[in-house]
Amino acid sequence: MTDRTDTPELVVRGGMVVDATGSRRADVRVSGGMVVELGVGLETPAGTTVLDAGGCVVAPGLVDLHTHLREPGREEAETVASGTRAAALGGFTAVVAMPNTDPPLDSAESVRNVYALAEGALAQVAVAGAITVGRAGERLAPMAELAALGVRLFTDDGDGVQSAGLMRRALQYATGLGVVLGQHCEDRSLAAGGTMHEGDWSSRLGLPGMPAEAEEVMVARDIALSRATGGRVHFLHLSTAGSIDLVRRARAEGVPVTAEVAPHHFTLTDGCTSGYDPVFKVNPPLRPQADVDAVKRALADGTADAIATDHAPHAPELKDLPFDQAPAGMLGLQTALALAVTELDLPLERILALLSWQPAAIAMLDPAHGGAQGGPIAEGSPANLVVVDPTATWRVDPTALASRSRNTPYAGRTLTGRVRHTVLAGEPVVIDAEARR
Amino acid sequence: MSGFPTHLLSMDDLDAAAIADVLRVTDSFAEVGRRANPKVPTLRGRTVATLFFEDSTRTRMSFETAAKRMSADVLSFAAGSSSVKKGESLRDTIETIQAIGMDAVIIRHSSSGVPARVAQWVDNCAVVNAGDGWHQHPTQALLDLYTVRQSLGGGQEGTDAFRGLRVTIVGDIRHSRVARSQITAYAALGAEVTLVAPATLLPPSLEGWPVASVGHDLDSVLERTDVISLLRLQAERGSGDYVPTMREYSTGYSLTARRALQLPPEAIILHPGPMVRGVEIASEVAELPSARITDQVGNGVAVRMAVLFLLLGQGTLGGERHD
Repeated sequence: MTDRTDTPELVVRGGMVVDATGSRRADVRVSGGMVVELGVGLETPAGTTVLDAGGCVVAPGLVDLHTHLREPGREEAETVASGTRAAALGGFTAVVAMPNTDPPLDSAESVRNVYALAEGALAQVAVAGAITVGRAGERLAPMAELAALGVRLFTDDGDGVQSAGLMRRALQYATGLGVVLGQHCEDRSLAAGGTMHEGDWSSRLGLPGMPAEAEEVMVARDIALSRATGGRVHFLHLSTAGSIDLVRRARAEGVPVTAEVAPHHFTLTDGCTSGYDPVFKVNPPLRPQADVDAVKRALADGTADAIATDHAPHAPELKDLPFDQAPAGMLGLQTALALAVTELDLPLERILALLSWQPAAIAMLDPAHGGAQGGPIAEGSPANLVVVDPTATWRVDPTALASRSRNTPYAGRTLTGRVRHTVLAGEPVVIDAEARR
Repeated sequence: MSGFPTHLLSMDDLDAAAIADVLRVTDSFAEVGRRANPKVPTLRGRTVATLFFEDSTRTRMSFETAAKRMSADVLSFAAGSSSVKKGESLRDTIETIQAIGMDAVIIRHSSSGVPARVAQWVDNCAVVNAGDGWHQHPTQALLDLYTVRQSLGGGQEGTDAFRGLRVTIVGDIRHSRVARSQITAYAALGAEVTLVAPATLLPPSLEGWPVASVGHDLDSVLERTDVISLLRLQAERGSGDYVPTMREYSTGYSLTARRALQLPPEAIILHPGPMVRGVEIASEVAELPSARITDQVGNGVAVRMAVLFLLLGQGTLGGERHD
């Protein structure tokens, strides 16, 4: 990471500091990339950058477990630079970059390449490595080599590992490396050809569907494999009531599984696709209201550990294709926090836990794992911070987003909760909702 | 004739009154078709494009004949010979066609929803769905209604004859745009619709569908059927995996001569074509007087003239438009 010890001293003034330890009113002084002082009414000598946090919450920077940066291979849709700018504007100081790039992130060389691209980026980029070579689901990727480069989360995201035998072996291998396997749960024999949730709407619209069971059978399978091997499984973007019930029971038994859910799965339903606009095409697909309610309950009762964006940029011409031919995916980095504030009946402290310190722990980017993300804001802690105005409203304008793509399903929606400032390793990368570089 | 929609994308766009308009106007155009010179100036100066991204010579010819009989200029855009093959996007294609200036575009596409998307993109241009994916094929349903009304005899005006009419739709409903349009159309006029298919060939959900009953046993419903509509097993849409063999399908669901005898004597047999004789319908059944399959094709032109007239025609039937 860039040396930011030369950045000027910074005071975040007038906010309510909220982290995993609780909340208190305090100004935060940052110097040399670290938090150096907390207190009410800190002095701001000449040369100090002052970030106004009046009426705002100051929290550890958000951590996204699920970002598609598209580089290398699909730079017309997103780059590491544009994606991390979107991340910073969305309050994220770290993103976990998914490995389904071209080439995929299944080798030390490809991982080093992404780290090199992320030099000077507006958010920390942690790489998720592929579980299998080429994400082809046939043989294991060199997980130990990648782990030696700091990779802690492995996934074939975009696809689930179809072979139960290979997944079992991957979990066994992962236990020896201390890494976690993220699963995109989708049984191909059930989901193949599906373009949306199979149900009332797909039947009416004449679109091939993906049944809820396509997700649930793999969740059930991987719970069994996690229980048997002791290997940690992190379930990506769970979207059905059945999946959530399975995870709830597994956790009650002590099976080492965690789960994330995506904002679109607690805000949109399969009925949104009634006009065949591919901006609403996503995988896992938008589900009926009962599933949306289950996802919200999972966030409220702790079954879901994290909100992850599944930020998936696609070039506009691809989203103008017919629904069944268009690629699946939605932008998410700049709307995730506001959607949570607007749509979830949860206190802001809980929302920040779901977007910051809990995902940081899952990705092992937190101080407990030697990382700089999601930790309590205290003297001597790394200065990765977000300043959120929880009552400010704003309107989603696709053309104003930092992503190279425009595929947000929330165009025109007015949301509550706005990221005001983002501080990355002591540097104010976003000030008053504008990226500084 | 108030309340006719701007576009015809789905049978859901037409209420009973609008369907009655189509049938009534079809009567007039059917009369035109019987003239020595079957041409009227109704759409003179109007331009209609057929955009067939999926091959269907019979449907395209039917629409183009309809437009030409109304003196419209017709442009035929076949995906195979167009810039679509060179990678031009659907949206660019539509914008090009709109820039040329069209009063109506008639679209056939293998993907559900394309006509609906195009309707969101165009201005001052009527979009007619000529079949999209598994979704809808509204003019097919309209010509079925017209054929049924014609077959019921008595030269009936209006749509009263459909009230309580027992319609049985048999076959690959899951993958059938024709079935989706038929169900809505018959139900809108008060018919009782029964679906018969192997469970795998029914849509995953029938929640909210206006059907009176659903079953898997064709023999049990034949004697309570006034109209039977047979659907093609859509092998190219993957329905091969949905039944073990064609033979097993035919054993259960083909309208054989034996089964045709169980129908009430005045029952009508329909098939949207193209037929696979021996699979969904026995060859000799297709030749019965009660099988109106050729009438369906013939009525297609008049029904499509009526649809174009109702979407575009500002003037009086057979006369000059005055705008």
